[in-house]
Amino acid sequence: MERVPVLKIGDILLVSIQVDMQDQTALALQEDLADRIVATGCHGVIIDITALDIVDSFVGRMLSTIASISRVLDSETVVVGMRPAVAITLVELGLSLEGIRTALNVERGMELLAQARVDESDGFGHHLDDWSIPTDGPAPATP
Amino acid sequence: MTAGLDLGAPQVVTISADEDVVRVRQLVRAIAVAVKLSLVDQTKLVTAASELARNTLVYGGGGSAEVGVIDGARRRGIRIVFADEGPGIADLDLALTDGYTTGGGLGLGLSGARRLVDEFDIDTAAGNGTRITVTKWARSA
Repeated sequence: MERVPVLKIGDILLVSIQVDMQDQTALALQEDLADRIVATGCHGVIIDITALDIVDSFVGRMLSTIASISRVLDSETVVVGMRPAVAITLVELGLSLEGIRTALNVERGMELLAQARVDESDGFGHHLDDWSIPTDGPAPATP
Repeated sequence: MTAGLDLGAPQVVTISADEDVVRVRQLVRAIAVAVKLSLVDQTKLVTAASELARNTLVYGGGGSAEVGVIDGARRRGIRIVFADEGPGIADLDLALTDGYTTGGGLGLGLSGARRLVDEFDIDTAAGNGTRITVTKWARSA
């Protein structure tokens, strides 16, 4: 089984998924990331899925689970690089990626995480949660 | 992988382990490219195939996926048949409901896969295994 490498860059852990993951690889990544967040004390995780040509319900659930685990461990997760065809397919599949923040690329993801840290120190740490997609009900109004 | 791909006869992938789900995805992708499905349709079909192959493994206890090219009146398509000899699905309406799961998943595999393909046919009964046939057509000839 292949393992997905987790890189530490400053205060951020960067995961760039470059393989067509088996389910076991995805589960191993969850555990590796949780260990690395605690070991490094990083406050942000960026998961780059530029190379993924599909995200099915299993990988979607993995992304949601990683976001939840990292939040409990005082770290924020941003998923970056989703391809347009993957986004279209995800929505039609019915996957909401609950609680996951997204950015178009790694650079914007890093900006989002930096902003989240600034807001948190200002006492506005939860404002980004307003952007999470609800599981059901109408889409939130566009600000 | 695309090199030497024989589109004449359906190709069968045995599904008995985790990595076989990956093999099904790769075969379906290669044939979808060869049949000239649009990128979005390739993505939808490969995603549906991934869901159904995983179901075959997890719920059916393993089985097979048969991937073939079909020629319609004015267009080509891909047909995939997922077959297992597992316990079958007792309540099909319930199994096709978004969010219903017996396996601890999200309950989107079967219902979501149905939305991602053009034709979806399921033949199952409790104790008699499950056979799911899906078809995706290329948008233009």
